[in-house]
Amino acid sequence: MAEDVRFKVSIDGIPVDVAPGTTILNAARLIGGDVVPPAMCYYSKLEGSGGKCRTCLVKVSKGSEKDPRPMPKLVASCRTTVMDGMEVQSITSAEVLEARKGVVEMLLINHPLDCPICDQAGECHLQDLSYEHGLADTRYEFERRTFDKIDIGDKIQLHMTRCILCYRCVFVADQLTPQRVHGILGRGDAAEISTYIAKAVDNEFSGNMIDVCPVGALTDKTFRFKNRVWFTKPVEAHRDCPTCSGKVTLWYKGEDVLRVTARKDTYGEAEAFICNTCRFENKATSDWIIEGPRVVKRTSVISSNHYEQLNPPPVVKKNLTLQAANKEQFERIERLLP
Amino acid sequence: MARKLLLTHIDVPGIHTFEVYRQKGGYRAVEKALKTLTPEEVVEEVKKSGLRGRGGAGFPTGMKWSFLAKPEGVPRYLVCNADESEPGTFKDRYLMTHIPHALIEGMIVSSYALGANTSYIYVRGEMMPQIRILERAIAEAKNAGLLGKNILGTGYDLEVYVQPGGGAYICGEETALLESLEGKRGNPRIKPPFPAVSGLYNCPTVVNNVESIAATVPIINDGGEEYAKIGIERSTGTKLISAGGNLNKPGVYEIELGLPVEEFIYSDAYCGGIANGKRLKAVVAGGSSVPILPANLILKTLKGEPRLMTYESLADGGFQSGTMLGSGGFIAYDEDQCIVRNTWNFTRFYHHESCGQCSPCREGTGWMEKVLHKIEHGHGSFSDIDLLVDVAKKIEGNTICPLGDAAAWPVASAIRHFRDEFEWHVTNGQEAQARNYGLAHYADPLEPVI
Repeated sequence: MAEDVRFKVSIDGIPVDVAPGTTILNAARLIGGDVVPPAMCYYSKLEGSGGKCRTCLVKVSKGSEKDPRPMPKLVASCRTTVMDGMEVQSITSAEVLEARKGVVEMLLINHPLDCPICDQAGECHLQDLSYEHGLADTRYEFERRTFDKIDIGDKIQLHMTRCILCYRCVFVADQLTPQRVHGILGRGDAAEISTYIAKAVDNEFSGNMIDVCPVGALTDKTFRFKNRVWFTKPVEAHRDCPTCSGKVTLWYKGEDVLRVTARKDTYGEAEAFICNTCRFENKATSDWIIEGPRVVKRTSVISSNHYEQLNPPPVVKKNLTLQAANKEQFERIERLLP
Repeated sequence: MARKLLLTHIDVPGIHTFEVYRQKGGYRAVEKALKTLTPEEVVEEVKKSGLRGRGGAGFPTGMKWSFLAKPEGVPRYLVCNADESEPGTFKDRYLMTHIPHALIEGMIVSSYALGANTSYIYVRGEMMPQIRILERAIAEAKNAGLLGKNILGTGYDLEVYVQPGGGAYICGEETALLESLEGKRGNPRIKPPFPAVSGLYNCPTVVNNVESIAATVPIINDGGEEYAKIGIERSTGTKLISAGGNLNKPGVYEIELGLPVEEFIYSDAYCGGIANGKRLKAVVAGGSSVPILPANLILKTLKGEPRLMTYESLADGGFQSGTMLGSGGFIAYDEDQCIVRNTWNFTRFYHHESCGQCSPCREGTGWMEKVLHKIEHGHGSFSDIDLLVDVAKKIEGNTICPLGDAAAWPVASAIRHFRDEFEWHVTNGQEAQARNYGLAHYADPLEPVI
């Protein structure tokens, strides 16, 4: 009986039916599209994650059918569960957009913005986030905090300067590996992810820390400075792995596999975590059974180059000269669109 | 002279010992509660008393207790928040140093009311002497059969443990305190679930301030209704105020709620006026986290009514012209104090104490500190003042715990009420290094500015 109960929720006026216990963020993801709040720290596969970055703040304009009072403050949608009849405002609330902009600005003030030399550039959630919600300019005029680079084991490098303290990698170490040897040291804006006395993380699943990192703080040392992600082509492949699912994405440049990652969904989350053997040790096409090209979604620059047509911006649709000039592209898009 | 309930016997020599405390009528509340009242009746008395949490938020204690989930077979905990670290507040330390048994007695009564068999006193790490005092008091009470198994032959068991904290301000936030008590990093939890449902070790937990717990003793002794007669409206009972700053007689005072602020500052029974014959410039009424008010607004509300020491009266006018009673850390500033420097100092504190878990507070507190440092040292610009207002607005309400609000409010209020002083720091950067701005138009209205 109880499993049949569904809650009716509306997000930005779009109704959706969800199971009790669903968070607002996941309800929004069921709708998809623009109403989905951005999330930098929440990771659906990591228990206890979320609530920290505050980018997913939404306004609850109606608490529930029983108690229609609005919630007094903006709430973190990733950690707030829905109630029956709840009404949520995401992109329709100026207050939410303003707060989100504020959070993005806060996240960026101590971020080095070294995207041109960062391996994460092109698949960086912070890049996407600031592109969508941030300002082109910063009002911060002080020295940014910096840290020395730390090697976490021989395959992973931690560049704390870029870290936004989402705690995802700590949750990975806590939940995927039997013993956690890294965590947060220090407090406030002096807090850092660190291995205690530079102790190496030695675990078969430690590589997943790289995948969950939303920024370029944790990078794959076998891929560092090898190539820009948008020059590489993601291809789905799998192998018979005794430790993990073996389902991965191979990133090709020409004939070479430059790196191996987990398959990431629309929201940048790994579909299944993979082991270090798959990730670091198997970098030949012959190790894998190729399935086909990987569809990369969202605003990523990877998708703009290779796999999907760039939608013409609205200005092109209005301007007749531009329209004529891009006639061929328009027709192609219309053919491709379902 | 006003009634005292908590500090009645403060001057009795040896009141910190069990014998003297017992002689003066101590532990009567334990006997009364355990022998004649059911736990529900104790909760009912506390509800009737209208006691509001003395830690800062002012949430009704009885109501908090009645929210406690009571599932079968799951232990419940009472945790006393003695992690008093709000700048300007030192009442709990005073109470624990001088009358530790008042807290122990309150712990027994409250634990009984909540059905807790294990209770913790989480004391701030810097308070080592108080930790020893409390441990001694617990041992004394245990010897007298007031703690441990089968208290006073009633069949009720209770163990009270003292847990020193690591000295982090954030561990005064109730969920961070619970994390710390569990031996983890003191990061506030995301609520809900609230501690009343899932607190310490995922069990239902009530976290109360030292003073709230101690206040249950007179409530049980005299009855909740008697307690509610003291004070005005929804601010009942007495409150310990830690008075500090430029006062003739700083210290801890027990006041009846409803005392006019003016009387508290100028009466000889209390602070005895501003030190060195100077004039009052501003007051932080409830510990560093609450909005600062200029002298004219702290003495009278915008409606022209005298401002009283109650939760409602101090909050009159909202944040536009009011403040909060908070934890009762009353800091008075005389005409020679620099508001900009003071605000910078507060912000430095919050920057240092932010746990770093959520972005607006982690980054924003440091940002505000740097901007304020710049203004204070004469390198600021007018846009910096607006920037501060904007940053404070972006932190406020957007964080997991109230530390973000606590960091934003002092900055926002200082600029709201003392903007001319900030602007003077910008235009007269060099001069601001040499002298303070002084009083200006928000001077104490009682004594006209010459």
